[in-house]
Amino acid sequence: MAESPADVLLKGSSGRTSRGLLRIIILATIAAAAVSSRLFSVIRFESIIHEFDPWFNFRATKYLIENGFYSFWDWFDDRTWHPLGRVTGGTLYPGLMVTSGVIYHILRFLTIPVDIRNICVLLAPAFSGLTAFAMYLLTCEMTASPSAGLLAAAFMGITPGYISRSVAGSYDNEAIAIFLLVFTFFLWIKAVKNGSIMWGALTALFYGYMVSAWGGYVFITNLIPLHVFVLLCMGRYSPRLYISYTTWYALGTLASMQIPFVGFLPIRNSDHMSALGVFGLLQLVAFAEFVRGFIPGKQFQRLLTASIVIVAGVAVVGLTALSMSGVIAPWSGRFYSLWDTGYAKIHIPIIASVSEHQPTAWPAFFFDLNFLIWLFPAGVYMCFRDLKDEHVFVIIYSVLASYFAGVMVRLMLTLTPIVCVAAAIALSSIIDTYVFASEGPSPQSTASDENSSSEGLRSTRGPNVGISSYLSKIIMTSSVVVYLLMFVAHCTWVTSNAYSSPSVVLASRLPDGSQFIIDDYREAYYWLRQNTPQNAKIMSWWDYGYQIGGMADRPTLVDNNTWNNTHIATVGKAMSSREEVSYPILRQHDVDYVLVVFGGLLGYSGDDINKFLWMVRIAEGIWPDEVKERDFFTARGEYRVDDQATPAMRDSLMYKMSYHNFQNLFQHGQAMDRVRNSRLPADTPQLSTLDEAFTSENWIIRIYKVKDLDNLGRDHISATAFDRGHKKKRATKKKGPRVLRTE
Amino acid sequence: MPTKRAGASPAPPSITKSLSSGPKTLPPNASVFDIAHYVWQQYLATTSERTMLLDVFMVFLVLVGAIQFAYCVLAGNFPFNAFLSGFSAAVGQFVLTASLRMQTSNGVPKEGTKVAKSKDESGQVGSVSHERAFADYIFGSLILHFFCINFIN
Repeated sequence: MAESPADVLLKGSSGRTSRGLLRIIILATIAAAAVSSRLFSVIRFESIIHEFDPWFNFRATKYLIENGFYSFWDWFDDRTWHPLGRVTGGTLYPGLMVTSGVIYHILRFLTIPVDIRNICVLLAPAFSGLTAFAMYLLTCEMTASPSAGLLAAAFMGITPGYISRSVAGSYDNEAIAIFLLVFTFFLWIKAVKNGSIMWGALTALFYGYMVSAWGGYVFITNLIPLHVFVLLCMGRYSPRLYISYTTWYALGTLASMQIPFVGFLPIRNSDHMSALGVFGLLQLVAFAEFVRGFIPGKQFQRLLTASIVIVAGVAVVGLTALSMSGVIAPWSGRFYSLWDTGYAKIHIPIIASVSEHQPTAWPAFFFDLNFLIWLFPAGVYMCFRDLKDEHVFVIIYSVLASYFAGVMVRLMLTLTPIVCVAAAIALSSIIDTYVFASEGPSPQSTASDENSSSEGLRSTRGPNVGISSYLSKIIMTSSVVVYLLMFVAHCTWVTSNAYSSPSVVLASRLPDGSQFIIDDYREAYYWLRQNTPQNAKIMSWWDYGYQIGGMADRPTLVDNNTWNNTHIATVGKAMSSREEVSYPILRQHDVDYVLVVFGGLLGYSGDDINKFLWMVRIAEGIWPDEVKERDFFTARGEYRVDDQATPAMRDSLMYKMSYHNFQNLFQHGQAMDRVRNSRLPADTPQLSTLDEAFTSENWIIRIYKVKDLDNLGRDHISATAFDRGHKKKRATKKKGPRVLRTE
Repeated sequence: MPTKRAGASPAPPSITKSLSSGPKTLPPNASVFDIAHYVWQQYLATTSERTMLLDVFMVFLVLVGAIQFAYCVLAGNFPFNAFLSGFSAAVGQFVLTASLRMQTSNGVPKEGTKVAKSKDESGQVGSVSHERAFADYIFGSLILHFFCINFIN
């Protein structure tokens, strides 16, 4: 926005270099703004890795740095998914870790001793600066207006839709992937424009980097072929298209197969088939064009018909054969859930249980993109006005990404770049129209000279040129400035309030307004690290697996890499069953400690009782006879934890662990669960197979130790009953352990 | 695979010359086979030596790819990595060569710009000089073979 008046000032023969310099300075400022607006969390809290997945990435990065690249590549991790282990080197996207490892070694080489944690924390802000630059390049390919690129860069730098995944400390794959996404698209547009092998090969290289960094590469894999396909359908085949696409596909597919996690997917999986299909189609079209050069139209028609029939027949037969024989895998489940939003809930509860896979609520669009969202359609419309190859790309991208962003919250991230491009195009054309008109018709008419060959076209553009009254100019410019300022204010507000919480450390306000830090997670994980043996197995719900691995450095049963649904269901079953059922499961899996998250004292709503239904559902998916979701609802269909809670609920291990001894904090009968706002039963649940080992300051984390087998061979229930002095209950023991629960 | 044989390439520009000097003109309702034969004659008559060389190379690559594919189908795909990298080396090199051919062959005979179509195409790709096209080709091939060797196990 600062560019436009500066441009006016500097217009002249000597102005080019100074304008270039100014542009660089503005871009550097934008990058600085992008970086600094992501540092809220570091300033408010500290330099710490956020949330869940980043903890795994951080742990993997440390492993990479300590053991070198090759052992990282072959890393078999026996400290997760006990007792199965995980072939970590082959089941992750290594791009992120390798990037920060390379940065680490470069800094070491330059004798700058930086802790790897700080590199990991600040990687996402650093790459967001690069993203702003890539955005500038991409937008400059789209439009001739000089201000559009800078506007797009500024939008991309501070828009909350992107900040949500790239604040300092959010060391996740998306941190570098969005930069790679935008830059790959820039290279692709460049390749299509120039038709040179070099740009195509560069696109393929960055595509390969993108594949190594994020599973979202499938978006590129499908978007580029779709772009080519639409261009073909519009009759816009050209050698440029052939050169850029085939080079990209041949090299890019090969590059993507280098990643062990991707492996043979690009030729097996249906998600990737469209790229292959367009590749084949392009060969045919190119050949047809080649033949067409030799013969007149009528014979060509005949030849074409004959060859189309042959090729289509062969393709259909081949594809059916391959699909029938199972060589080509069916579409992946995540893909189905993109088209049918109810699919995941029915078939893959583990995907549906993640909150960021839920459909987007409409205010989220405005929350994340502010006024860009209503400039977005205008920008897309302007792309229709001069419909070159690259504008077709913008249109396809915006249609697809809008749909996907509506289906899944996290895909808002892929929508954000194109919204920035389109909004910048729209806004810059407004600014250009109003600001440059002061120089009379000259800049307008030179810009539209090739358009205005016909008189009618010139007359339609006439009103634009005529805006020279200062009143309308001032009104327009000032309202644009106001919108931009409001956008900045909104972005800053959203960033600081919504997206800068590490979620490992919680903050709340005391009545006097001062900040109160709730640090229960780290307290508990550190307790585990210091007070348990190195190989103590910790069972918790999978959400906390990565954090336990990263912060407590203890083996876990399940973690956020949800590769084995059965194992997760086992944990879910153990959590949702009675103690008699759970204890053998715990013993079989060598569990030493069980960790639950409980927010009832503090009113922390993301706790395990609220996630409990998902555990039940996932367990029910594997053992429909033993765990039933219906049992956890009251007769009226309510999910309750108070007096009227169902027997299944009150006997479940999760319930007992959460509320064990909780009632003792309060006067008799006054125990309140502040999350679910319900009064708890007066007497505390009795645990017989677990011992309370640790409860954090605010009771958010509770850790229980699994008891060893009884020394006298009794079962645990009778042993605890004996310890409490209820000797006479032993008489009922012969009826079997279940009856004993009636005490 | 006869469709790929002569390469996916744009028309050599000197069509007008060839149409007059071609072996025979085509009857309006010729059979498909006749047309194919006519195309072949035209191709022989109009393509320059250097482009022909590229075409021979492409035919060779198609043969190599076809042999590998046939082996994979008949004898099993056990070292799948090896098959894939071999096959995709052939396909990739074919594609790169086709691209090189497109970039170089239409710029050669400048006199052929009488045809509107070829003028259009040289306007589109003509920004790339032959040396640049060849350098790009080397660049692409280097990357391709690096990946292939890395992938072959």
